[in-house]
Amino acid sequence: MQRRVNIWSNIDWLTVTMYLVLVMLGWINIYAAVYNEDHQSIFDLSQRYGKQLIWIGAAIVIAFIVFVIDINFYSYFAYLVYGIMIFLLIAVLIFGLEVHGAKSWFVIGNIRIQPAEFAKIATALALARYLSSYNVQINTFKSYVRIAAIIFTPALLILLQNDTGSALVYFVFLIVLYREGISESILLLGFFVVVLFILALVLEKITIILLSIGVVFIIFGFLNKKLKHVGVGLGILLLSSATLYALNKLLSLGLSYYYIILAALGVSAIFYIIFSIRYKIRNVILLLIFLLGSIFITYSVDYVFNNFLEDHQQKRINVLLGLESDPYGVEYNVNQSKIAIGSGGLTGKGFLRGTQTKFDFVPEQSTDFIFCTIGEEWGFMGTFFVILVFIFFLYRLIGIAERQRSTFSRIYGYGVVSVLFFHIVINIGMTIGLMPVIGIPLPFFSYGGSSLWAFTILLFILLRLDASRLELLR
Amino acid sequence: MDSFANRRHIIRFIIILIGLIYIIRLFILQVVDNTYKVTASSNVLRYVTQFPARGLIYDREGKLLVYNEAAYDLMVVPQQLEPFDTTEFCEILNITKQYVDESIERARDYSYYNSSIFLKQVSSKTYAKLQEKLYKYPGFYVQARTLRKYTSENAAHVLGYVGEVNEGIIEKDDYYKMGDYIGISGIEQSYEEYLRGEKGVNVYLVDVHNRIKGTYANGRLDKKANVGANIISTIDSELQAYGEKLMKNKIGSIVALEPSTGEVLALVSAPTYNPELLVGRIRTKNYVDLMSDTLKPLFNRALMAQYPPGSTFKIINGLIGLQEKVLWPSTKYECAGAYYAGRMRVGCHIHRSPLNLIESIQMSCNTYYCNVFRNILDNKKYPSIRESFDQWREYVMSFGFGKYLGTDFSNELKGLVPTKQTYDRVYGENGWRSLTLVSMAIGQGELGTTPMQMANMTAAIANRGYYYTPHIVKEIEGDYELDESFYTKNYTKIDSNYFNIVIEGMDLAVNGEAGSGSTARSAHLEDITVCGKTGTAENPHGEDHSIFIAFAPKENPQIAIAVYIENGGFGSTWAAPTARLMIEKYMNDSISIPWWEEYILNAEINYNAETRKHLE
Repeated sequence: MQRRVNIWSNIDWLTVTMYLVLVMLGWINIYAAVYNEDHQSIFDLSQRYGKQLIWIGAAIVIAFIVFVIDINFYSYFAYLVYGIMIFLLIAVLIFGLEVHGAKSWFVIGNIRIQPAEFAKIATALALARYLSSYNVQINTFKSYVRIAAIIFTPALLILLQNDTGSALVYFVFLIVLYREGISESILLLGFFVVVLFILALVLEKITIILLSIGVVFIIFGFLNKKLKHVGVGLGILLLSSATLYALNKLLSLGLSYYYIILAALGVSAIFYIIFSIRYKIRNVILLLIFLLGSIFITYSVDYVFNNFLEDHQQKRINVLLGLESDPYGVEYNVNQSKIAIGSGGLTGKGFLRGTQTKFDFVPEQSTDFIFCTIGEEWGFMGTFFVILVFIFFLYRLIGIAERQRSTFSRIYGYGVVSVLFFHIVINIGMTIGLMPVIGIPLPFFSYGGSSLWAFTILLFILLRLDASRLELLR
Repeated sequence: MDSFANRRHIIRFIIILIGLIYIIRLFILQVVDNTYKVTASSNVLRYVTQFPARGLIYDREGKLLVYNEAAYDLMVVPQQLEPFDTTEFCEILNITKQYVDESIERARDYSYYNSSIFLKQVSSKTYAKLQEKLYKYPGFYVQARTLRKYTSENAAHVLGYVGEVNEGIIEKDDYYKMGDYIGISGIEQSYEEYLRGEKGVNVYLVDVHNRIKGTYANGRLDKKANVGANIISTIDSELQAYGEKLMKNKIGSIVALEPSTGEVLALVSAPTYNPELLVGRIRTKNYVDLMSDTLKPLFNRALMAQYPPGSTFKIINGLIGLQEKVLWPSTKYECAGAYYAGRMRVGCHIHRSPLNLIESIQMSCNTYYCNVFRNILDNKKYPSIRESFDQWREYVMSFGFGKYLGTDFSNELKGLVPTKQTYDRVYGENGWRSLTLVSMAIGQGELGTTPMQMANMTAAIANRGYYYTPHIVKEIEGDYELDESFYTKNYTKIDSNYFNIVIEGMDLAVNGEAGSGSTARSAHLEDITVCGKTGTAENPHGEDHSIFIAFAPKENPQIAIAVYIENGGFGSTWAAPTARLMIEKYMNDSISIPWWEEYILNAEINYNAETRKHLE
């Protein structure tokens, strides 16, 4: 049952205010970043800051339109919008313009639009629509497949455009799934794979296998609560390792320690299985599979890393992990960025006084590295304030999502939170050297119409749904 | 219904946790850590690339061939420029005011904040003068580089040259930046990765007066340059120099290999050029001059010129005949001054008749090989000529013809050995017979081979059945290995015992009694048994090319050589005596009959010295 309420009086003005503050801060910092003495006016339309003002104006109009549209439109047409977006993502692969190696732009007149930015909205809507459908159970195989299809179809198409950064965003919908009750073991498994992947790049194979064995025995101890079993298990492993080690020495087979342990593990596994069946010890086979899986992953990492990632992507990861030094490439960007932010000190150098953040020192100063300008000119005070606003903003959005009466709105709300969260974490993280350099914009700050509009629509659909939340009676 | 509502707390917790981590990180970065403070706005960082010295190149005896000389690039950072006294500046550097304006404009276009090259390759002398005054010119600084220097004017085609990278290379390989150097041909190109070393970078703090105030952050961001690896080439520089001397005033090439290793002892392509011409600021002008030279001195004939092998190829056909059992050492054929079959006539020269296999090589009888070649193709063992031809082609290719040898030169060509499709296209699928192809019996017709391939074939014969892929580098200093393929024997498809028969013929061709009809007596040496075979490549455009292949000594061969002299006529006229001098020089290090040397040195073959004065 529905009733009509005055949506204008139910708008969450606090969020709108924060939105406006962030957008204005962004504009001022773009001005500072590309400040050009020949064009001192912040309203100069030939410069990026002038153009950004136009994008902001347009964004406000768009926000207004989002509000005028009937609330039911968003859930009814979620799939249609999603379908159109997929179509556009395919179209851009064929007709798109290539910028910086990524074929992800449509050109209409002198406006360039990046459909990937808008695909996030469509995906959030479609996911909300699917999960909120009557009789959908999230933890079934069928649902897993469909959810994966909804999330990864656009991600894959964006990957094909060679825009890895924007494609990675889609992993963040895991947060939505988590909130909606996806099994923890799936998330844990995912987490383990990621950790193993990183470890496999940094550590030797033998270290990883020893670590995995340790972890498995600890888990086994926790699950079974019998120290005797753990002791016997370790004993078998040590004994078989020692035997194989001696054999290797005697026959001078010249096997490395890694293979000796691997073989010992194989021998022990036979005993483990026999014992587990005879004495009815639970979890043994599951843990063995887990161990086997992690060995498999460490092996496949090299393959995936070398065959699926491109040179510059490998380089970025290697530089971040400290395995490779590249002072003129990726490291140059990150160093310059850290210097810019670090040189800001506690209070910053002052508005327009930044020396490091003028365009050539830090690349993509007004787009991906806009946070450097904040850091340099406003110092720790500035960065602290911005991060605080972002945290409060996300906190508030979670509150909004939670107070929704319709499941669709709540799920969509978490979609918004997730997407914004991912962009903020990755973008700021890369400027301070905590995340790999992935070219995605800082929401509401970075220069560019597509991204600003996309984030605006993303946010205001939620605010629109929120404004009408009382219409739904239950 | 909503049983997972508690999970919102975990999500909120994660958000706040990451926020806190970032705030702490920023606090450390901005407040605690002083590394990143560049407080005064006028202090700037300068990234100065440390260019490693390029690896040196030595000859096989360890004699230095290529080394480096310091040169200095004057760099400019437009953003740091201040008005300066251009008159004095131009005087020091010997440039015009116009050049200054244009260069600064160009640098400004490239980047306002990053450095660009203002003036390339300033000499050490100018640099010394400039250094004292550099404080007067903020925005300028000097970047040390190295230029290639050569100990002699020889071996240009072997060593290759170094030039500036172009945009295509920069795009493909991000190691290279605008203004960097890269090996463009020869060893410089093939072993670029070893020779170049690894660039480093020093980050300096520079004050308003353009003075370096010290390294930034205690050198934490610096990276040391790694010097390039030295390379020991297989070249015998004395033999190389001698070969180039002999080939002066001629067009053609000499390739000498060590059969037991595949190492290139000498590789001459004439006319050649002085490698110094392609170094430094004079490079561009000289390059254009060399390119427009009608005799194409930049063209590496030893690897890229394809000629028919001529009569030298009779050895190969002889070996194939033996292997296919259509020919025996005792097989004799009559020759009445030409080979006749139907309306076809292949001319021969006057010699006694009939001849057996060994004698046929000694006297280079055309008729004999027309018979052998037709017997190979009309062998009843095969259902049709299409199969026997394929078999013949396999044998030929096993000597390294018609395919890339896989040397460490990037510009080698693969030559030409026709396929049956070639003939199908011309004559139709059943329209060709052994007689159609008969010119290949004596190495003419559709065959194309490079001098390198011919030298390699000679090495395979000298080794009695196998060759090592020819290569120009003996050793890379440091922990580097040469390509595995240079240590692997490539076997021909001919059994090794057949080789001694044809080698007998090659021995007689050079060392037979005077008047016995030996074709290559001009390659005869008193104390060394040279085995050789002459050849003449038909040239539709003028005088035929003179070819000679040889190896020596007969037992335990030390050198295998192929000599090509364009428009030199018969192989015995010019190519054989040239090869003889090369072999003697290499084996004995002295020349026993000086007039032979005079004879070759003074010969000027189809070579207009007047037009080439400007390059000397």
